[in-house]
Amino acid sequence: MMIDRKINQQISSPEELANVAAEQLAWQAQYQHRVFVCMGTACQSVQSGAVLTALQAEIKSKARENECLVSPGGCQGNCASAPLVSVPEQDLLYQKVQLSDAEEIIEALAGKPVGRLLCDNKSDFFTMQNRVVTNHRGLLNPESIEDYIAAGGFSALLKALTDFTPEAVVQELQKSGLRGRGGAGYPTGLKWSTVAKTRAEQRYVICNADEGDPGAFMNRSVLEDYPFRVLEGMAIAAYAVGASKGYVYVRAEYPLAVERVTKAIRNAEKHGLLGNKIGSMSFDFQVEIRLGAGAFVCGEETALISSIEGGKGLPCPRPPYPAESGLWGMPTLINNVETFANVVPIISGGAEKYATIGTPTSKGTKTFALSGSIMNTGLVEVPLGTSLRKMIFDIGGGVPDGHKFKAVQTGGPAGGCIPEEHLDATIDYETLMELGSFMGSGGMIVMDDSSCMVDVAKFFMQFCAAESCGKCVPCRVGTAHMHDMLDRITKGEGTMEELGQLESLCDVVKFTSLCGLGQGAPNPVLSTLRFFKGEYLAHIVGHTCPAGVCAPVGQDIRRPTCAL
Amino acid sequence: MSVRTRAARKNVAVKAPSDDKRWSIVAAVMRKHGSAQSALIETLHSVQSTFGYLDDTALAFVAHSLRIPLSKVYGVATFYSHFRLKPQGKHNCVICMGTACYIKGSARLLQRIDQKYGLKVGDTTRDNQFSLLEARCLGACGIAPAGIFDGRVLGNLASPLVESQLDNWLAESQQNEPKLP
Repeated sequence: MMIDRKINQQISSPEELANVAAEQLAWQAQYQHRVFVCMGTACQSVQSGAVLTALQAEIKSKARENECLVSPGGCQGNCASAPLVSVPEQDLLYQKVQLSDAEEIIEALAGKPVGRLLCDNKSDFFTMQNRVVTNHRGLLNPESIEDYIAAGGFSALLKALTDFTPEAVVQELQKSGLRGRGGAGYPTGLKWSTVAKTRAEQRYVICNADEGDPGAFMNRSVLEDYPFRVLEGMAIAAYAVGASKGYVYVRAEYPLAVERVTKAIRNAEKHGLLGNKIGSMSFDFQVEIRLGAGAFVCGEETALISSIEGGKGLPCPRPPYPAESGLWGMPTLINNVETFANVVPIISGGAEKYATIGTPTSKGTKTFALSGSIMNTGLVEVPLGTSLRKMIFDIGGGVPDGHKFKAVQTGGPAGGCIPEEHLDATIDYETLMELGSFMGSGGMIVMDDSSCMVDVAKFFMQFCAAESCGKCVPCRVGTAHMHDMLDRITKGEGTMEELGQLESLCDVVKFTSLCGLGQGAPNPVLSTLRFFKGEYLAHIVGHTCPAGVCAPVGQDIRRPTCAL
Repeated sequence: MSVRTRAARKNVAVKAPSDDKRWSIVAAVMRKHGSAQSALIETLHSVQSTFGYLDDTALAFVAHSLRIPLSKVYGVATFYSHFRLKPQGKHNCVICMGTACYIKGSARLLQRIDQKYGLKVGDTTRDNQFSLLEARCLGACGIAPAGIFDGRVLGNLASPLVESQLDNWLAESQQNEPKLP
């Protein structure tokens, strides 16, 4: 069944782009009813693909192909209720849809909604968000460049090419106050201007999509749902810094994202929106995709560069920063997926408008992956400066199953655990740093009273020890030692003296490691020691695990328990 | 080596290790990247996706074709956890050990598999029916604990669900057995 409209023309000016958009909108308008089925990873895992086929077959069998269009869509955010089907004209969202529901949903298109499947899309989870990066809310076929253009896509790129000089683009970015969304929060405009000022024959733009933080999937979602927007942002960046070649470095663990980006590159090239002479200007930008191969350290920019060069992902000391000497020794701009996705609204809506969102030092919105012990797991986007309490209890819906909130972990293995008493802190780069945590790429894992904080710290240390690339000694040896110490504590073999050693070892690793992996590795230990020292003491002095993880509650953790 | 012989060597494609047609897929990937040394990781990906794992013959072939020392190829292949140097079972089961999945009990799933099937992460059943692997994070935290069964992501895993899937694979091998000569 061929239901997508495909255009086959080169787009070389804003006028042509507007024409294509108008034609596509007119084509969409001939359908009275439109239905979108979420095709994100979570929804696909519960057969949303089959739901899509069932809905399309249902329309065919009722001979309503001329009035109804069922398309694959992007992530709606509330992955806990997957699979999700949305009907935008009725402003409805159906949750946990089964194959057998197809007939009812199609019949209900013109009439009364199917009550038992309704998802409350007026709840706090939806209304308290502010979507800038994920503004299409899943109502966009991620594989259709035509739909993307109809939704205003690529107008920012052509606007930048025709109305802006490269310097003006960089200035606009600086005015917007956008900071790197990969976690460290370096001002994006400043990074762009550094690359633009270098003298070199060749410059590169790299999109860092090696989202290795366990518990984070925002970049996966953005790449899967908005592959064209990320490419558009990269092209604007390439124009601004004078690069002609770009790479998207994406994890091999994200097959769907790899497939969508690969198709998107080909599609954009076909229409003259990537490749040579973009928009009939003398601006060339070729993009290639590079697959990661399962090394967490490759999220670090210098390690990522050596991986693209075909070698082991080992970081190098900085300076020189990649902005001056990066890929093959040339000036290289590396930004996170979400940073590039933010460029498009800044250029199309203007930097002033963008800068009204957020706090004085942290502008704009940020996507977060809410998971762990929380009602509404999924992807959310909120303005920076939102409080953690609002995020967890209003948007996230609180902790389920009668458990009590204990801590929220942000920033991945380099981040920390924030307890209840600090929940009124706002989410921005500086505040999280003061709390001993880290913005990171945006994972937020909520833990309840059934999680043992020593065990959590051990989990992260095990991760860092296994992922340490082995180049520098503090990280290679230090993480392994810290893991051993934590392991002994969880078995009741630790001593108070050892706890002191653990703290000083944390300092050594933090201040002497070569790259962010080692420098951040002690954070989970330091933050749990700061806020949950009582739990460490319970293990060391009382030989008990208050959460009942290391041994059932009340039992001595030293006594070997029966397996399971 | 003189400039001329070096140039000449560059143009000669290294002969594939066997007549297996699948080597042409690997050769095509190398050609696409102009047989540049930077194509190493992409090439290893293509070997693994075509043959399932990287054996010594494949590593030597890639090393020769891209003119990279075998030691470096081996170094890269062992540095990245995605590359496998041992043959894998017919099916594979990947359990996610990311933070969200860990909090929701994925370690217990692995423990249970070890108890019931005697398999640890990285092991393959004796009849080569399936391999057990772990992942750092599948990015499917919204449906934790998650796993991949033969390329299909499944969420909200519980031991009975995992075991029924694994039992199916094992039963499949027993059904096939009588047919073997």
